[in-house]
Amino acid sequence: MKTLALPRQLPGRLPRNYLPVLVTGALFIAMFTAGGIRYEGFATGQIILNVFIDNAFLLVVAVGMTFVILTGGIDLSVGSVVALTTMIAASLLPSTPSFLVILLVLAIGGVLGAAMGAIIHYFEIQPFIVTLAGMFLARGLCYTIGTDSIPINDPTFTAIAQTRIDLAPELWISPTVLIALAVVLVATYTLHYTRLGRNVYAVGGNEQSALLMGLPVARTKIAVYTISGLCSALGGLLLSFYMLSGYGLHAVGMELDAIAAVVIGGTLLTGGSGYLLGTVLGVLVLGLIQTVISFEGTLSSWWTKIVIGLLLLVFILLQRLIVTTGVSRER
Amino acid sequence: MAEAILRMTGIGKEFPGVRALDGVDFRLLPGEVHALMGENGAGKSTLIKVLTGVYSIDSGEIELAGDRVAFTGPLEAQKAGISTVYQEVNLCPNLSVAENVFIGREPRRFGRIRWREMRRRAAELLTRLDLAIDVAKPLSHYSLAIQQMVAIARAIDVDARVLILDEPTSSLDAGEVAQLFRVMRRLKEQGIAILFVSHFLDQIYEIADRMTILRNGRLVGEYVTAELPQVELVGKMIGRELAELERLDERPPARTSDTLVEATELGGRVAPFSLTIREGEVVGLAGLLGSGRTEIARLLFGADHAATGTLRIGGDQVTLRTPRGAMARGVAFCSENRREEGLIPELTVRENLILALQARRGWSRPVPRKKQDELVAKYIKALNIRPDNPEMLIRNLSGGNQQKVLLARWLILEPRLLILDEPTRGIDVGAKAEIQKLVVELSDGGMAVLFISAELDEVLRLSHKVAVLRDRRLVAELPNDDTLTTDVLMETIASGGAK
Ligand SMILES: Nc1ncnc2c1ncn2[C@@H]1O[C@H](COP(=O)(O)OP(=O)(O)OP(=O)(O)O)[C@@H](O)[C@H]1O
Ligand SMILES: [Mg+2]
Repeated sequence: MKTLALPRQLPGRLPRNYLPVLVTGALFIAMFTAGGIRYEGFATGQIILNVFIDNAFLLVVAVGMTFVILTGGIDLSVGSVVALTTMIAASLLPSTPSFLVILLVLAIGGVLGAAMGAIIHYFEIQPFIVTLAGMFLARGLCYTIGTDSIPINDPTFTAIAQTRIDLAPELWISPTVLIALAVVLVATYTLHYTRLGRNVYAVGGNEQSALLMGLPVARTKIAVYTISGLCSALGGLLLSFYMLSGYGLHAVGMELDAIAAVVIGGTLLTGGSGYLLGTVLGVLVLGLIQTVISFEGTLSSWWTKIVIGLLLLVFILLQRLIVTTGVSRER
Repeated sequence: MAEAILRMTGIGKEFPGVRALDGVDFRLLPGEVHALMGENGAGKSTLIKVLTGVYSIDSGEIELAGDRVAFTGPLEAQKAGISTVYQEVNLCPNLSVAENVFIGREPRRFGRIRWREMRRRAAELLTRLDLAIDVAKPLSHYSLAIQQMVAIARAIDVDARVLILDEPTSSLDAGEVAQLFRVMRRLKEQGIAILFVSHFLDQIYEIADRMTILRNGRLVGEYVTAELPQVELVGKMIGRELAELERLDERPPARTSDTLVEATELGGRVAPFSLTIREGEVVGLAGLLGSGRTEIARLLFGADHAATGTLRIGGDQVTLRTPRGAMARGVAFCSENRREEGLIPELTVRENLILALQARRGWSRPVPRKKQDELVAKYIKALNIRPDNPEMLIRNLSGGNQQKVLLARWLILEPRLLILDEPTRGIDVGAKAEIQKLVVELSDGGMAVLFISAELDEVLRLSHKVAVLRDRRLVAELPNDDTLTTDVLMETIASGGAK
């Protein structure tokens, strides 16, 4: 047929969208190998598991952020919502049953997210501005509860904090890792096998077209901010299991770590392209950088930031390259 | 006559400063193809958008199958059985072809999308439109024509009572149009009412049963196609007789002049070809979609890199690496793909018009405002851009008027070689004649023109010689003498130049 002209196949039949994910994966493996060669006792399975354990909350928050960024939006409020969650949990736990507290903070996170999503959509305001306001609001609310760190002594919370799940001799994870991985699985399923997930990609691809195609754009946009709010609240719970305290200065700047993880994972900030697997790898890379720097011992922890900064730059350049070389097309 | 499935009465719609629709009545019968006719900016797309809830209506009412309706958006309209392909292809470039066809109504089991089933059904549906492409690839991978077909496939797959197609054929070639018409006829037999918009009068007379004509947002009348001769139709659309079209039929005389462009065995995404273009000469490129016409243009403009051969412009051998380099040598390229490559929707008509001229001068030397106003006024008038307000945002112009602005942008440059890729696509009959006249004038003044168009009679009317392409290969170069007719051209394209 005449319309079928020489298909220019990419090597290995892999869509070019996977390229950034592959690069991030390769980077992770390279870092791990290099670390193993350089440091005694680095190349063990537990090192990777520790990265998961130390970053379970970031992973959950980054999952929510992925949804938002896929629609072409951004959510700057996540770090503050995490802090607010730890604060509310810590202040209520002495007097309230733990499962009620958990439900309550999740509800608060979801409602905050939904409200921001609704404002963004119906008033057509930049997500950057709305979630920036949300960020200040949530952070401010923390201090109305208290200015000091509040310890958590609740038996359920401490039990979760102290549980070790042994996978094999010398290999263990915390329950928070399981929760985070469950979130990743549910989110991956949602993005790839449900209408909501596909609508997220469509809105990110071209919002105006999505509207004219008859897709529920309003519902989708509100949903992603709700999901991000829920994930932040859940991330906040995981952080309180980890820290066993609530504090208004928890998770300062975490929104930027989450965005960095998503971008390093290959998701385009303009929306419409990216995978959750990338985000998981992005979080792992960030975590591994920290591990390497702690193994190095003499380096200050600011090196983490410097490396992350450089990586971000490299990845954004890489994406640019993929986008610009990807526009040639068949007839 | 059957009861109307859709009835719109006294529809009014006003945009800031523009009365786009003024008391328009419209009705659509089941099982008919109804053409909505009018010049660029007459209000056709607006009527469609008002009907499907993209815009709210200021006055009037809409009845669907006897019930009064007021949709708040395309989603609701779709649910009520109105399926629409809007004027510009509105799909998601990042999603696969299959998804673009089915998103919003994907086949599912227990809420889980069945990808394989979806791809199978999409491929099946596209085969009905004679399109065998890999449906798993992202839409952005394919040309505008294929995207257009995908949009149509999406619209015809739903159980609709009303199907609306706003200029679906603007980027299709004859074979694809025939395929579309076959599908439309079948749907018509099933009792579906089809609203069709096109500036190709031949297509209207081939497919439409009845038509409604709009002029300046007002209803001119409703006619049975078979009872309205073409000349009268045009008269009613533009509100005056169209004499200009006829006058152009005398071909401008061929001249002998200096060679401006000389390509020797130049190749890249097309097979190596040789072509010369002289000053003041109009060279037509004929061929089907995908035959390599645009690729030749892109090579000459430095948008693609040549893999083989040499190129001389004005006597100097050049290697074009970027469009900037080509522009510096006096080449201008008006692309077929106005939405992606051309216009900046948030700028005004004036700013869009001046853009290329300004870029050539360099940003440190702004074009004086007085000069801008002069140029802008001249081209708004020459191309009949409406509304004739230079400070209007380009995104608020009708599709055809946007196309005119894009064209004018390159004309302003007064290049030595002007490459026009489908310049009259989506442009109404009146303006089409204006543009053709302008091309003739410019070439008489010494400008070389490479003219690409799917409409062979247009190519014939303007060109001094015609290069024919097939399967990305230049197969023939024909002088435009008395023996060259559209039939001969058609035959050359079909036979690939083999005699
Ligand atoms: N969003 C808008 N804001 C302001 N004016 C608009 C808007 N949309 C359309 N218009 C104006 O309404 C008029 C009708 O436009 P419309 O797009 O309906 O024309 P059309 O008949 O579809 O023309 P074409 O054949 O070029 O597609 C034009 O004058 C246009 O400039
Ligand atoms: Mg229109």
